[in-house]
Amino acid sequence: MLDVLAMIEVSWLAFVSSAMILCFAFLVGRRFSVQLPDQRIAVSQPNENGAYLAMWTVAPTLLLFALYFMFGEPLVRFLLASDLPTGFERLTSVERQQYVDRAGQALGLETIPSGADPIFHAVVDRYRALRGLAKGTVLCLSLFLSGSMFLYQLRKLSGGVRARAQVEGGIRLLLLLCAAIAIATTIGIVMSLFYESLRFFAVTPVTEFLFGTRWNAQTGSEFGALPLFFGTVMIAIIAICVAAPIGLFVAIYLAEYAGHRTRAIVKPALEVLAGIPTVVYGFFALIIVAPAVRAVALRMNDMLMALPFIDEPVLAAQPTNALAAGLVMGLMIIPYVSSLSDDVISAVPQRLRDGAYAMGATPSEAIKDIVLPTAFPGIAAALLLAISRAIGETMIVVMAAGQRAQFSLDPTSDLTTITAQIVSLLVGDSAFDSQRTLSAFALGLVLFLVTLFFNLIALRVVGRYRVRYE
Amino acid sequence: MSDQPSVSPKVSCKGVDVFYGDQQVIHNVSMDIADRAVTAFIGPSGCGKSTFLRCINRMNDTIEGARVEGLVEIDGENVNAQGIDPVTIRSRVGMVFQKPNPFPKSIYDNVAYGPRIHGLVRDQMDLDEIVERSLVRAGLWDEVSDRLDSPGTSLSSGQQQRLCIARAIAVGPEIILMDEPCSALDPIATARIEALIDDLRQRFCIVVITHSMQQAARVSQTTAFFHDGRLIEHGETEMIFTNPADTRTQDYITGRFG
Amino acid sequence: MSSVHESLTRRRRAEMRFRAYGLAAIALAVGMLVLLLATIGVQAAGAFSHHKLQVSVEWTDNASGPTPPVATLVSRLNTIVREDLETVFPKAMQDRRSQVELHDTVSRLALLPVANRLSRDPPTSGSLFAFDVALSDDIDLFLKGSPKLTSTVWTDGVDSIEQTVGDSVELIYEDGGLLALQREGESNEPTLLLQMGGVVIRVASITDSVVSGKVLVGEVSAIDDQDRSGAIVHRVAAPELQRNVSDQQIAWMLVLQDAGRIKRTFNADFFTNADSTYPELAGVLAAIMGSVFMMLVTAAVALPIGMAAALYLEEFAPHNRLTRMIEVNINNLAAVPSIVFGLLGAALLINFLNMPRSAPVVGGLVLGLMTLPTIILAARAALRAVPQTVRDAALGLGASKSRAVFDHVLPLAAPGILTGAIIGLARALGETAPLLLIGMVAFVAEVPDGPNDEATALPVLIYKWSNGAERAWEPATAAAIVVLLAFMVLMNAAAVLLRRRIDRTRL
Repeated sequence: MLDVLAMIEVSWLAFVSSAMILCFAFLVGRRFSVQLPDQRIAVSQPNENGAYLAMWTVAPTLLLFALYFMFGEPLVRFLLASDLPTGFERLTSVERQQYVDRAGQALGLETIPSGADPIFHAVVDRYRALRGLAKGTVLCLSLFLSGSMFLYQLRKLSGGVRARAQVEGGIRLLLLLCAAIAIATTIGIVMSLFYESLRFFAVTPVTEFLFGTRWNAQTGSEFGALPLFFGTVMIAIIAICVAAPIGLFVAIYLAEYAGHRTRAIVKPALEVLAGIPTVVYGFFALIIVAPAVRAVALRMNDMLMALPFIDEPVLAAQPTNALAAGLVMGLMIIPYVSSLSDDVISAVPQRLRDGAYAMGATPSEAIKDIVLPTAFPGIAAALLLAISRAIGETMIVVMAAGQRAQFSLDPTSDLTTITAQIVSLLVGDSAFDSQRTLSAFALGLVLFLVTLFFNLIALRVVGRYRVRYE
Repeated sequence: MSDQPSVSPKVSCKGVDVFYGDQQVIHNVSMDIADRAVTAFIGPSGCGKSTFLRCINRMNDTIEGARVEGLVEIDGENVNAQGIDPVTIRSRVGMVFQKPNPFPKSIYDNVAYGPRIHGLVRDQMDLDEIVERSLVRAGLWDEVSDRLDSPGTSLSSGQQQRLCIARAIAVGPEIILMDEPCSALDPIATARIEALIDDLRQRFCIVVITHSMQQAARVSQTTAFFHDGRLIEHGETEMIFTNPADTRTQDYITGRFG
Repeated sequence: MSSVHESLTRRRRAEMRFRAYGLAAIALAVGMLVLLLATIGVQAAGAFSHHKLQVSVEWTDNASGPTPPVATLVSRLNTIVREDLETVFPKAMQDRRSQVELHDTVSRLALLPVANRLSRDPPTSGSLFAFDVALSDDIDLFLKGSPKLTSTVWTDGVDSIEQTVGDSVELIYEDGGLLALQREGESNEPTLLLQMGGVVIRVASITDSVVSGKVLVGEVSAIDDQDRSGAIVHRVAAPELQRNVSDQQIAWMLVLQDAGRIKRTFNADFFTNADSTYPELAGVLAAIMGSVFMMLVTAAVALPIGMAAALYLEEFAPHNRLTRMIEVNINNLAAVPSIVFGLLGAALLINFLNMPRSAPVVGGLVLGLMTLPTIILAARAALRAVPQTVRDAALGLGASKSRAVFDHVLPLAAPGILTGAIIGLARALGETAPLLLIGMVAFVAEVPDGPNDEATALPVLIYKWSNGAERAWEPATAAAIVVLLAFMVLMNAAAVLLRRRIDRTRL
C-alpha cells in the first residue's frame, strides 16, 4: 500500500485530494445553508456559503502538501542517509549523498539496473518505504486537519457567519499571492545565484574570479573571468554599433517622414524581426554571416600581405567569430531600439515641431535641433535596454561566436562570452558539487546584476520621461 | 524695409480653398492684409481662421492630407508657386502659437536658433546683438538679461510667450502671425502681450487670431470675421464692431453664438 | 534676406541626405530580414523531399512460424537491398572499397520503417514485395544538386572502342570531332563522365581523336550500335576529394536513375520520425510533442497566475509600498535575460526539488515563470482598457467589488488578456537558452507520452542539428526552423484574429 503511494507523484496526490475535498465541502456548504431555518440569505448566497466552507476546508490540505513539496523529499533523503546499513560510516557525507542520489534514480526506473548488489536493493526498498510513509503521513494528517476544520466551520456557518466578506477576502488573498509570485521568482533567482556563487567563492577567491585573466573552466581550474567580460563587451559593442544608428534612423523616419502606407509595411516587418527566435538568428549567423566574414577577412589578409611591409596574416579570420555574432545580434536588437525610440520621438509634443517649422527650419533641422535633444533621455534608455539585451543574449553567441576565452581586438577572431560559457558549463550531465558547475552560477550572478543595473536605470528614465510629457 | 508707408497690401489672397482629405474646410476666401497694421481674425471655434492663417506661411504642409488651392501672395509673390521653398517663406513670416512652445534649450539659444539655421550671422558678436535686440523688442530683456543660460521652459508662461515672440522677431520677418497668443495666459501677462503687439505694429505686418472681442477691438485696426470656413466680413475694426453689415457678424459680436 | 537664399541649397541637400539615411536604414533592416527568411526557405526546401530507392523482391518466408522480431527483419531487408544492388552492379564486388561504397548508399536504419510495416502486415511467401528505402544523406544531397552535375547530350558517334588493360578503355573518334569535348575537358573540371547506355566511363585524358578512360559501370561488350551513336557527358562541379560522393557512386546513381529505380518523394518521415543520428532519418515529431507538452505546462502556470496577478494589481491593490515593489519587480523581471531563468530552473527545480532532468514539466515551469511578467503586463493593459463606467454601473447596483470585477470587467477584458497571453506563449515557444541548462539537450529517440517523459523541444532540436557535422544537417535544421516558425505564425495569427474580433465588438 505504502509502496504504491511512494510511486504516485506528489502533485497528482495533492491535486486529486484537494479537488475531492473542495467539491465535497462546497456541496455540503451549499445544501446546509439553504436548510437554515432563519434564512440568512440576505447576507450570503448559497454558493458563497459553499465557497466559504470549501475554502476553509481545503486550506490545511494545500498547506501540508506545499510543505511536503518543498521539504518532503530532502527529509526522506536525510533520514535514509542517516540510517544506512553498517559499513557506510566509512564514506564521507558527500559520498553517502551520492549513493542516496543513485538510489533515488533507481527508484524512478521500473527495474533496478542489473549488476546492483543486494545492499543497494535493500537501500532502494528502504527509500521506497520511507517515501511511502512520508506521503501516507501527509495524506492522513491532511484528512484529519481538513475534517476538523470542516466541522468547525460548519458550526460557524450555522451560527450565521458573514460568508461573503470572508470569501472575498480569501479571493483577494489568493490574487495577492499570485502577484507575489513575481517577487518570489526574483527572490528565487537571487537566492539560487547567491547560494551557488558563495559555494564557488569559498574555493576560488572573488578577486581571482573578477580580475583573473585566464579562463579554463572545462579542463583546468582557472577561473579568471576577465576574458569573458571582454568578449561580452566586445560583441555587445559591435551589436550596438549596428543597431543604434539603424534603429534610430528607422525610428526617425517612421515617426517623422513615413506615410501611413510605409508604416503599415515596415512596422509589421520589424515585429517579425523581433519575434524570430534567437536560435534562428544563431543559425543565420552560423551558416551565412560567419562564413561571409571569414571570406572577406581572408581576402583582406591577401590584399594586406601583398603590401611590402606585411608578411603574415593580420586578421584571424576564424570560422566562428565575434564580428558575425555581433552583426547578427545587432540585427536582432534593431527592433527594440527602433520601437522604443519611435515611442519617445512620437511623444515629443507637436507644438515644439510647429515652433521649429514656423521659424523656417527644415524637417531634418527640426529633428536634429529640437526633437532628438528633447527625446534624448528616452532614446538613451532605449539604448541601455538594448545593450542589456545584447549582454544577456545567449544563442547567437553560443552558435556563432566561438569558445576561446582570449583578449583580442581583432573582430574576426573567436571570442567567448558570459552566456556562452554558462551554457557550455551546464550542458550535459553536471553534478552540483564541482567548481566547474558552480562557476556558471557565479557568471550568472554577474550577468544578472549587470543587466539589472542597466534595466533599473533605463526603466527609471523611461518612467520619469513619461511623466514629464503626459 | 523702406520707411515710406506702403500702398499695396502686404499679403493678398484670392479664392483660397483648403481641404483636409476630401473635406473642404476653407471656401473661396479672398482678402488683402495691410502692412504695418494689426489684422484680427475672429469667429467661432472650428470656423477655419487658424487653418487660413497657416496658409500664409505654408504651415499646412506639415499636416498630412491637407491641400491648399488658390492664390496667396506676399508682396506679389505666390507662396504656393512651384519651386518656392516653405523655408524661405517661413523666414519672412514669423509665427507665435496658442500655447507657448519654447524649445527645451536656454533662453539665448531659443532666440538664436532662427538666425543660426538661416545663416544670418557672421560671428558671435552679431548673434549677441540680434538676441539682445529681439529680447528688448519683445520686452523681455530686463527680466532675463542676467540668466540667458537658463532653460526657456523655466520662465513663467507669459514670459515664455514673449520669448516665442522674440524668437520670431530674431529672424527679421516682415509678417508675424499670432494664433491666439494670449489664450493660455493670465490677464496681466495678456496686457503685456497686447502692449507689445501694439508696439510691434510700427515695424511689422501682424495677424492675430483671437477669441476675445475686446482684445480684437483693443489691438487691431482691421478685423475679419470667419464663419463655417468662409470669410463673412472684413473691414476696419471700428466699423465691424459698431456697424456690422452681416447679421451673423452682429450675432457673434453680441455673443449670441460662438 | 539674400543670406537665407544663399544657404538654402546646402540646407536642402542636408535634408535630402538625412531622409536618405532613414530610408537606407529601413531598407537595410527589411533587407536583412528578407535575406534571413530567404536563406532559411531555400535551405529548407531541400529537406522537405528526399530520394528513395525502389526495391522489389520475391518474398520467401523460410520460417512459417511467428513473425521474427523487427531487428531480424531489418537485417534481412538489409541483405535483400545489398544483394539487389550487387546484382545490378556486379563489378562492385571486385574490391572491398567499392563494395563498402555501394553499401553506403543506403543506411541500415532507413529500413526500420519498412521492417515495422513488414512485421505488422507480412506478405505471403512467394508474392512480390516492393518497398522504397531512403538513400543516404550524401547521395540524397548529390541528387538534389550538390555538387552540381551538368549533363549534355553528345551526338557524335564513336568509331571503335578498345579495351586496353582491365577497365581502361580508349574510344576512337576518327573524324576528330572531339574539339568541343576537349574544351569541356580542358575547362579544368575535375570529373567528366561519359554515359553510353548502361555503361559509364570516367574520362582520364582526351587527345585529337582518342578519349581514354576507365569503365565505372557495365561492360564494354554490352555497348550496342545504338549506344555508340552518341553519349551523355556529365560534368561534376567539384573534385572528388572535396565531396562526400565518389565518382563511382555518382556513376551508379546515374544508371539507377536511368533505370527508373530512384524517385523523389515528399519527405513524410521528417514529420513522423523522432530524432536520429542519421540526418536522412531524423524527424521533428518528438520535438514537436515535447514543445506541445511544454507549452501546455507553461500556459497552465503562466495564464492563471498572470491573470490573477494582473487582476490584483489593476483592480484590488491598495497604493502602498508592497504594490509599488511588486510593480517595479515585474517590470524588471520582464527584462531579465532568459538564461538566468535557466539557472533558476537548474538550481531550484532540478538540484533542490529533485525534479527530473530533460522533462517538459520542468521546461514548462521555467518558461512559465519567464513568461509570467509579459502576461501580467498584457493583462493589465487589457483590464485598463475596460471603461470605468462598467465598474461604476455594477457597483451602483450594489454588487460587491469582486462581483463587479469577475462578472463584468473580466469577461470584457478576457479576449485582450488572451491575445497578450498567446503572443507571450509564442515567444516562449522559440526560447532555447534556459532549456539547455535543464538538460533538454539530451538525445531522445522516442516520442514522449506525457510531460514527465524525457523529451526535447523544437528550438533545442534546431540548436543540436545546427551543430551536426554532416552537411545534410543544414537543410534539416532549416526545415525544423520552418516548422517552428510555422507554429509561431499560427499562434500570432490566432492572436491577430482575436484582436480583430475585440475591435469589432467594441465598435
